[in-house]
Amino acid sequence: MNKTQNQRAWLFVAPVLALVAFNALIPLMTVVNYSVQETFGNNIFFWQGVGWFEDLLRSDRFQAALARQLVFTAIILTIEIPLGVAIALTMPRKGPWVSVCLVLMALPLLIPWNVVGAMWNIFALPEVGLLGKAINSLGIDYNMTRQPMAAWFTVILMDVWHWTSLVVLLAYAGLIAIPDAYYQAAKIDGAKPWAVFRHIQLPKMKQVLTIAILLRFIDSFMIYTEVFVLTGGGPGNSTTFLSIDLVKVALGQFDLGPAAAMSLIYFIMTLLASWVFYTVMTRNDAR
Amino acid sequence: MTLELRNVTKLAGADTHIHETNLVLATTGFNVLLGATNAGKTTLIKMMAGLERPSSGEIWFNGKNVTGVSAQKRNVSLVHQFFVNYANMNVFENIASPLRVARRSKQEIERRVGETAALLRLTPMLGRHPSELSGGQQQRTALARAIIKDSVLVLLDEPLANLDYKLREELRDELPRLFEDRGTIVVYATSEPSEALLLGGHTATLFEGRITQFGETAVAYRAPQDLVTAQVFSDPPINAAKVSKRGGEVIMNGDVRWPAEGVIAEAPDGEYTVGVRPHYVTPQRQSAAAVTLDGEILVTELSGSESVAHFSLAGKIWVAQSHGVQPYQVGEIHKFFVDVSRCLYFGADGALVAA
Repeated sequence: MNKTQNQRAWLFVAPVLALVAFNALIPLMTVVNYSVQETFGNNIFFWQGVGWFEDLLRSDRFQAALARQLVFTAIILTIEIPLGVAIALTMPRKGPWVSVCLVLMALPLLIPWNVVGAMWNIFALPEVGLLGKAINSLGIDYNMTRQPMAAWFTVILMDVWHWTSLVVLLAYAGLIAIPDAYYQAAKIDGAKPWAVFRHIQLPKMKQVLTIAILLRFIDSFMIYTEVFVLTGGGPGNSTTFLSIDLVKVALGQFDLGPAAAMSLIYFIMTLLASWVFYTVMTRNDAR
Repeated sequence: MTLELRNVTKLAGADTHIHETNLVLATTGFNVLLGATNAGKTTLIKMMAGLERPSSGEIWFNGKNVTGVSAQKRNVSLVHQFFVNYANMNVFENIASPLRVARRSKQEIERRVGETAALLRLTPMLGRHPSELSGGQQQRTALARAIIKDSVLVLLDEPLANLDYKLREELRDELPRLFEDRGTIVVYATSEPSEALLLGGHTATLFEGRITQFGETAVAYRAPQDLVTAQVFSDPPINAAKVSKRGGEVIMNGDVRWPAEGVIAEAPDGEYTVGVRPHYVTPQRQSAAAVTLDGEILVTELSGSESVAHFSLAGKIWVAQSHGVQPYQVGEIHKFFVDVSRCLYFGADGALVAA
């Protein structure tokens, strides 16, 4: 047995290892480290075990934030996915209007997230904002800094405005990839528009819609900037979603242990949900 | 049962896709539309199907004007070059789809799908999805959908073009059998002359949006009305060269001469174009009436059963097609023999010189 030893291979792998280590592993392990310890400052740590996790999962505050988060994400997905598909279906497939539509659709995606929050904040002001003033002049009392319902309404409207475009663009990409021959075949079969959607357009869009749902799920589940700028999680805690709560705990109160435990739970939930979504949606293709 | 195109044209902006066309198609045998890519085959088929409206002219079906009737209401079937099936349905549901749209009973659907699948040898595949089928099976499924509809007009737009050679042969042999005695008008578009000849029936040769000839396939091949038809209906391309007729002689390139016999003998003196199909230009003398050409070989194609040589003669490229493997050398001067009794002569206007 003659085995050549060549240690030089490590040299080639080293940059990637270093990158992944500093980028993902070390920060993650730091969080894991914090999550099982208690500190009172001065770099003195006490072993805590899984105590933080237990406390957190039992705490009303965390459960409330989680519930809000789930409701928010569910609403976002049920509005944005069908709306995005509907808009994509009405967009022209050829001609000069294609680029106009695409640019219009891409615009909201190009605006920095904190700017989106600030824009909508001003937009929704009851005295001077276009939206706030308009709603109030209709005789509806609307003030998102005082009414939780109004705050939710604004946050959802903002997210729909900001992110439906992504679904539109993905669905549109799926749609224009369908050759004309399919539409002709359906026409000749005498298929009605609904049948064309159900049997040609939807199956062909399935792949991109899977991605769209996944992206919108992950992004909405981690939403922070826009909501933080718009409502700051208020009024009260009514729009305090998971990541806003997390930042409040970690930076506001500097409770590193509970914040780390919360991060990990959050991370695992996102991962798990994404995996479930993906498996369910690609199940049929695996045959 | 007839399908008639009356003075049909199709314009797209400043481009004319189809020049004024008159055509009467019947149920006897296949109606082949033969022409190169962009000759207008698909445009004609789309207008026949009702997917596109002619810019002018009328389409009559069985004595009724159907020009403005949409594809949904025309009871036609169309099979594309690409394998178009519904990806989310299995083969059974795909074949059943036209019947489902027509709201037929469950028993009838099951019976007829069973029959059609058996006809196309798809019975073992009924539970599979199109993505799990080979190209040939996918196209058979598309054909089954066209057949089960029992439409009076079946349009096949280069249905075999995307299949590999073996499958193409197999399905081409099956096709005429599938539509036999169904009383359907079958239109078959192809760019291959050999396919038209194998399918028989009638052939319309198309060139740049014009039908140059329509008639029985064998007749169109043997006696093309003009040079363009002969060119469309020849693969490898027909050899065409300018000749002069002087008295009892035909003269080509000044030094190649042969006696004017047959139809050309009675034609007046003047300039003509001679057309010779490549298999009448051979490296061996095939008949007494053979004329010798000395050509410089440029390209050779050996397929085993036949050899094709492209050679240059007086600045023109000629093609010779013969059986077996010929010992051609690129660059050499080789003797070729033209069977002048098989020559077609075309007048200055391109029309065939006929008796």
